[in-house]
Amino acid sequence: MNRILEKKQLAENVFKYVVSAPLIAEERKPGQFVIVQVDTNYGERIPLTIADANPQKGTITLIFQVVGKTTHNLAAIKQGESVENILGPLGMPTHIENKGTVVCVGGGIGVAPLHPIAQGFKQAGNKVIIIIGARTKELLIFEDEMKAVADELIICTDDGSYGRKGFVTEPLKELCQQVPKPDLAVAIGPPVMMKFCSETTRPFEILTYVSLNTIMVDGTGMCGGCRVTVGGETKFVCVDGPEFDGHKVDFDNMILRLGAYKEHEKEAHECRLEQLAEKKEEK
Amino acid sequence: MSYIDPATLQQEAIKLYSELKQKESELKNKERTAIPQQEMPAQDPNKRIKNMSEVTYGYTAEQAYVEAMRCIQCKNAPCVNGCPVGINIPEFVKSIQKGDYQESVDIIKQNSLLPAICGRVCPQEVQCQETCTVGKVLKDKNLSVAIGRLERFVADWEQEHGKQSVPKIKPETGKKVAIVGSGPAGITVAADVRREGHTVVMFEAFHKPGGVIVYGIPEFRMPKRIVDIEMKTLEKMGVEIRTNFLVGRTRKLEDLIEKDGFDAVFVGTGAGLPRFMNIEGENLVGVFSANEYLTRANLMKAYDRQKADTPIFQAKKIAVLGGGNVAMDAARMARRIGAEKVYIVYRRTEVEMPARIEEVAHAKEEGIEFHLLKNAKRILGDDKGCVIGMECISYELGEPDDSGRRRPVIIEGSETVLDVDTVIVAIGNDSNPLIRQTTKDLVTNKWGNIIVDENCKTSIDRIYAGGDIVLGAATVILAMGQGRTAAKSINSLLASR
Repeated sequence: MNRILEKKQLAENVFKYVVSAPLIAEERKPGQFVIVQVDTNYGERIPLTIADANPQKGTITLIFQVVGKTTHNLAAIKQGESVENILGPLGMPTHIENKGTVVCVGGGIGVAPLHPIAQGFKQAGNKVIIIIGARTKELLIFEDEMKAVADELIICTDDGSYGRKGFVTEPLKELCQQVPKPDLAVAIGPPVMMKFCSETTRPFEILTYVSLNTIMVDGTGMCGGCRVTVGGETKFVCVDGPEFDGHKVDFDNMILRLGAYKEHEKEAHECRLEQLAEKKEEK
Repeated sequence: MSYIDPATLQQEAIKLYSELKQKESELKNKERTAIPQQEMPAQDPNKRIKNMSEVTYGYTAEQAYVEAMRCIQCKNAPCVNGCPVGINIPEFVKSIQKGDYQESVDIIKQNSLLPAICGRVCPQEVQCQETCTVGKVLKDKNLSVAIGRLERFVADWEQEHGKQSVPKIKPETGKKVAIVGSGPAGITVAADVRREGHTVVMFEAFHKPGGVIVYGIPEFRMPKRIVDIEMKTLEKMGVEIRTNFLVGRTRKLEDLIEKDGFDAVFVGTGAGLPRFMNIEGENLVGVFSANEYLTRANLMKAYDRQKADTPIFQAKKIAVLGGGNVAMDAARMARRIGAEKVYIVYRRTEVEMPARIEEVAHAKEEGIEFHLLKNAKRILGDDKGCVIGMECISYELGEPDDSGRRRPVIIEGSETVLDVDTVIVAIGNDSNPLIRQTTKDLVTNKWGNIIVDENCKTSIDRIYAGGDIVLGAATVILAMGQGRTAAKSINSLLASR
């Protein structure tokens, strides 16, 4: 169970795992996620969006970026080894229907979970325009996969090293200004990027889905750690989401809540660096 | 009740023990009720707030004997009626009087599979000990025979002496039963159904089985080794436990029957959806559900900062909202994690508190401060979205409400601010909606609890349910009682097929 059949580094600190998980592969729909735990006794449980799945082969694809201790440990697992615990598929699937023209906007590793959603909208008969962005060329992932789905693909990098120079919100705004305007937007990426994509489409009254990735423990509705304010109401990302109407999400509160354990993480990180330094000295 | 050290308690017990042993047989009822109730030996409060070890040590053999001698073996045995699963209490107490602990625990196990757990977490003062004749004679139910402590004593004795036998399994029937959830209800059904020779697979969403006893109840009140023993016994019986499996998502409930060939399913998923206050400031950084706080601390072992990857909020001053066992657990956990000030904020008085009396007493010994007849009005935050205080409003008690408890009435203009940096909400749980949402013909009530008949059967054929998912947030013993009923129904269903 949970054996890593394929491990590939896509960019600096970004990894792709194809994992054997037949039941999850069978049930999973675009937009859903899994909870991953590397060590049963002391590991942390973290949510990761399912980037792809193959029910025939019984595999799911996970794309993640090394940002903290758990993702660091996850990246240390070798091909052929297993991830101790994977629970899923979790959350509500994306509501996919034929809306007309759909703009899909992906930032950073958010491009990975956007891929099956874009695919779904394409298969449902929509015209799909895709905007993908990254800080710099080396961090851009899934260009070929997205090219295969998109009616039109726009690439942005913050530093201009590839594609257009600038943020994904600029081409998004241009698309909104066209007549007829897009019927739906989907934005997945860092919280700030989703916030600004939502702000970009708001004046044009284009419904915008965002996929939130908050702090979770169980992922099944039991802890409430993932709660966000949506349209003035408290919602649980794990069971009510992860997708919400971006125009109703209180991103500022969500971003603050994401930083709840910053002090702790900093401490853990420094602690690990110290340990590494000690090891080096021993050598 | 103030703290007395175990050595002093034991000295007193030894003295009484030798006195009682001499006139054992001719002891009159009056003499029995005059024996002082044996206090539960516990860790020194100042030491225990710095560790996670179990607070109470359990009776010594001498204490157990003395306490058992308080039972007058009354004919009508009202204690048995007070027990949700009808344990033959006078008989198991009599066996302790005789010193035959194995016989004693065997008597309990005829009705309860989990005495080491129930002896620790049952609210005895509103069950067997509420109706106890000794308590009636002494006009104080807190002075009843300490049935729960005696139950724990013999259950622990059995575990320590390794005499726990694996129940006999009848020949394999080839029929398959799925148990959804591995908490007290599920454990009971798994054992009872497996004994009949049916194949049993237990599904658990978390990475470890045990349900609320593992993620919710802290180590200092319910050592995990006890739960481990129960889970190992199930495995020795041949029950397959599948963790990381969320019924409703990994597999739909009905697919367990239609695709996976299970002949019957038991749903014991518990009450796992935390209630919030719906007040201003509840989504600030530093506000947690008790579920989250306790799961981080218990299941994820966040208290062990050297080893655990899961962080827990390092708070200095914590307010815990609620007056139940979960509120006490969260408050006492916060104390152990290092909070300097921990407040329980409860809108009624101590009499109405649903928590076990022992937990309230322990909390007080550990320096938890009680703000009674108060409730949170809003939570105050700074410009970084972090909690910097909680505005409370005071109440007075008015007329009794539907629950028979006096209704708290707001005192207008009584707002005060409590200086805290963290708020834990422990005002109860609703049922998790997942199975309801993903199983179209399952009938539930307006609170989302699954509706079952007297045999614990749901609206869907071959699907049974019990425990908190049916009762709303209740107790381990009630969950176990329902598990027994459901197991009986499943066994007779499978026998007839």
